[in-house]
Amino acid sequence: MQKKAQLKVFRGDSKGGAFKEYEVPLHEGMVVLDAIHHIQAKEDTTLSVRWNCKAGKCGSCGGEVNGKPKLMCMTRMDQLPLDKPITVEPMKAFPIIKDLVCDVSWNYEINKQIPKFKPKEALPDGTWRMQQKDIDRVQEFRKCIECFLCQDVCHVIRNHKKNNFLGPRFLVRVASLEMHPLDTEDRLPLLKEKFEMGLCNITKCCTEVCPEHITITDNAIIPLKERVVTRYYDPVAKFWQKVFKR
Amino acid sequence: MSLGETQRKDLWWLQPLLVVLGFGSFVVYSTWAAFEGNNYQWGPYLSPFYSPLFLFDWWHWSPAFLILWAPLGFRATCYYYRKAYYRSFFLDPPACAVGEIAEHRYSGETKFPFILQNLHRFFMYVAVAIILVLWYDVYEAFWFDEKFGIGVGTLVLFLNTFFLSLYTFSCHSLRHIVGGGLDCFSSCALAHLRHKAWSGVSLLNERHMLWAWISLFTVGLADLYVRLCAMGVINDIRLI
Repeated sequence: MQKKAQLKVFRGDSKGGAFKEYEVPLHEGMVVLDAIHHIQAKEDTTLSVRWNCKAGKCGSCGGEVNGKPKLMCMTRMDQLPLDKPITVEPMKAFPIIKDLVCDVSWNYEINKQIPKFKPKEALPDGTWRMQQKDIDRVQEFRKCIECFLCQDVCHVIRNHKKNNFLGPRFLVRVASLEMHPLDTEDRLPLLKEKFEMGLCNITKCCTEVCPEHITITDNAIIPLKERVVTRYYDPVAKFWQKVFKR
Repeated sequence: MSLGETQRKDLWWLQPLLVVLGFGSFVVYSTWAAFEGNNYQWGPYLSPFYSPLFLFDWWHWSPAFLILWAPLGFRATCYYYRKAYYRSFFLDPPACAVGEIAEHRYSGETKFPFILQNLHRFFMYVAVAIILVLWYDVYEAFWFDEKFGIGVGTLVLFLNTFFLSLYTFSCHSLRHIVGGGLDCFSSCALAHLRHKAWSGVSLLNERHMLWAWISLFTVGLADLYVRLCAMGVINDIRLI
């Protein structure tokens, strides 16, 4: 007899909603998104879910599976405890549109506020050149697929609703720009004042949920915090920079 | 969301509980050991809680208090420990995607007292100096009445200083200062050197949490070992 799994899927919209139970047959290699598609196809065609590549690269199918922010397409059913119903709900940090679909547009608005890449003057031959070791750090940040699971799990956004705070995704973006060997823009004053990066208390949940395994806290957020410390809280560094002009 | 509210089905409360028990035990033991003010030295061994040893006539309390503020400040402002105690003691948040105490004011590290976390690098400078002193103590622990020897205590002090060094030299602030603050690693000879230093610290930094826990355990164990020898509860075994 084919094995089955019980799912409790959130059904509702911005006005409210509740979990509804479904039963889906299991097959080898099945992921949570497959189960959701089964419900859509066989039980309820009105169930809404956002998805695209089903390969963990588009970042569309972010949700909360058994309470943990995850990409539904990368969460295998056989790795979940099947003795209890599996809960599937939308990301809680963002307003719900319908069922598993939420409105992540706030992220794009925040992104627009980050000063863009401003390269230094080109070499006499009209090009820019850099060494691999100068760009290694930044390449890790380029892996981001903008699934916003890190934004969802960040308690500053999720629980404290601090909408000025950039959130981990955009701290990663700022880090990639600030550490870029060719960039000349200074984003530290904005980071400290407008974006209130001090609100991050580095509890590392963003790193734990990142499906691309970007070491968000250690490689992006803490180095940015240290740059802010050097600029604003370290008189020794200030003196050093003044004396040696660097 | 109220405190502990979540759809998580795993044992999310276990990690904060273990941290509370681990830190709690260390804080209770180290406070008692610091207040004791004696039994911190035996033969060539000196407890790391009391090193470097400052003895002044005008200081009427335990000499440990003259030195413990530095490693305490270093650990209290450490990026790993911050994560651990914000989660376990302040429940902010208790675990990822788990509800916090409802409706509490939150200012992260932007206001007093947590804005003082920005002093971490200054504690790091002192911690590095203390590590050098602890290595000198290890050297001293090889000399019994001016003759070379190795006791179990020598190994205990060596291992403690080794793990404390791994913890100190994997520090995030050190990583920034040795090279992380640069945007370009290939611009000059010094930048090349700093890239090497940054790569080395980065390698250690990947296990910062591990070093933090091991060194917390070994520093307590080293004090306990010296204390038990000094109290005559155990005899130090000479290996050489």
